[in-house]
Amino acid sequence: MSGEILVVVEHDRGVALDTSYQAFGLARTLLAAGVGSSITAVVIGADGDSLADEVGAHGAALALRVHHSELSDYAPEAWGDVVAELIVSRSPVAVVATGTDRGNEVLAHTSAIADLPFAANVIAVSAGDGLSLTRVRWGGSLLEQAHLDAAVFVLSAATHSFSAEPSGGGDAAIEVIEPALAATASRTRIVDRVTLAAGVTLTTAAVVVSGGRGVGSADGFAPLIELADLLSGAVGCSRVVTNNGWRPHSDQVGQTGKRIAPELYIACGISGAIQHWVGMMASKHVLAINTDNEANMVGKAEYAVIGDLHQILPAVSEEIRRRRATA
Amino acid sequence: MTELRILVCVKRVPAPGARITLTADRQSIDSKNLGFATSPHEECAVEGAIQLVEMHGGSATVLTLGAAEADEQLRYAVSVGINAAVHVTHAGLTDGTDFDAQATARALTSAIASLEAAGGAFDLILFGNESADSGGFQVGVRVARTLGRAIVNGIKHIEISDGVVTARRESAEGFEVYQLPLPAMLGVKEGLNLPRYPTLPGRLKSKKVEVLVVGADRANGGLTTFGFDNAAEVVVQTTMLGKGPEAAPAIVDLLEELGLL
Repeated sequence: MSGEILVVVEHDRGVALDTSYQAFGLARTLLAAGVGSSITAVVIGADGDSLADEVGAHGAALALRVHHSELSDYAPEAWGDVVAELIVSRSPVAVVATGTDRGNEVLAHTSAIADLPFAANVIAVSAGDGLSLTRVRWGGSLLEQAHLDAAVFVLSAATHSFSAEPSGGGDAAIEVIEPALAATASRTRIVDRVTLAAGVTLTTAAVVVSGGRGVGSADGFAPLIELADLLSGAVGCSRVVTNNGWRPHSDQVGQTGKRIAPELYIACGISGAIQHWVGMMASKHVLAINTDNEANMVGKAEYAVIGDLHQILPAVSEEIRRRRATA
Repeated sequence: MTELRILVCVKRVPAPGARITLTADRQSIDSKNLGFATSPHEECAVEGAIQLVEMHGGSATVLTLGAAEADEQLRYAVSVGINAAVHVTHAGLTDGTDFDAQATARALTSAIASLEAAGGAFDLILFGNESADSGGFQVGVRVARTLGRAIVNGIKHIEISDGVVTARRESAEGFEVYQLPLPAMLGVKEGLNLPRYPTLPGRLKSKKVEVLVVGADRANGGLTTFGFDNAAEVVVQTTMLGKGPEAAPAIVDLLEELGLL
């Protein structure tokens, strides 16, 4: 199957995310499977223009800068319309994005307008009659084998499943296009932003100190917060914690919370149910602190300490302060 | 402000936290020993609808597409304060199976169009951001596009005033604000609120409520499931760093080794 693979490059007012380039990993996997013959990056909104210079290194031969006065900020309907219009004007073989909130949202709009099927959170593909694919269900705990029969394959890449590293291509050719957008397209544009946590956040922190049922109460999080602060990290938690109102939902890691990939995830008093595990399984290293050495999390973690987090964490913070004082 | 008409679309799924096992032929999940519940995002959508009606007046209706057993989730929604329930069903649906995303959207759109033709447009239609089980991330958007209504996903806060819904979506640093004219639709996420538990009068009401049952056509789309696998179990050799607070130096050594100190 020759033809273009369109990659929708996610960005927020011109800034790409760590996950944005993972979509190119899926696009290159499609090429290797014999689907498509070239990659075209789609950068929506003039504030993303500089990203068109980056995509060549990820395998794009062409970058489309999409300009329109209504594309001044993220707007799911307008972004979906832009990509649907490109499907009509360019007849690509496939359209891919990274399976983030925005990536899946944009492709949902695109596939709805184009009346195409959409496979979200794909981890593997193979070509044949149509496209055979594996996608994740249940936030990652169940794999679905499926067959996609469509004029254009619309796919999102499950996050942290494809490489976001440059693949060593040259500069992409650049083309500016101006789509005709419907008057209603920008009605869902972001109208305001409120910043609650500048700097280190749960999704960007190198260290996440996370608590579960074993923390016991809202006040019980004090030693987790103290350690996270000392390490310039962030505090996370499991679903039971937010259901009990001990921490805000924005701290929740897991299937119905955030997907994170820190250098080190310190799981304190977290049993490690699969719904939690899928939110932090992309962590580089995991340290479990738990009173129960039979806990799932202890068995799956690279490192473990058995004992009461309320005694262990203050001792760790104390040891860090001691070493820093003598350093 | 006039009274609100709200619709909430929910899905019955295996209870979150359940261990999912597959049938021997790996064609479906084994639902024999599974508990079922409303998909978590949608449980919050139900609570959100109830709170909006408490604040502004009006009524909230719950709707599901599912096997006969999904009647349980509709009645649960009534037991916590939803006013009316609609069950869209199809003889081919069994517990733990579903229509594909395109077929689901078509069946829901057609059911919603009939409800609106009979009773007037819904000011607000809530969906879960994605179902906990199949996770297609698209049904609400497909319905909105067919109905010609604005929709934003990932919503964790809703306010309505003067015919406009203001909705917040979490971002890495805080939240983004969207404003949609009514009638509108939202895909909401867990964290929107903490769902309440049923009351005794609520339970009695849920037993008596007359559920409107509507037949659905099944118009399959282009994505066909042909089997399942459990994700590979993680096998690691866990390094024990010690027991109790005496392990603190070993933990700090590890932080140092990883360059995190």
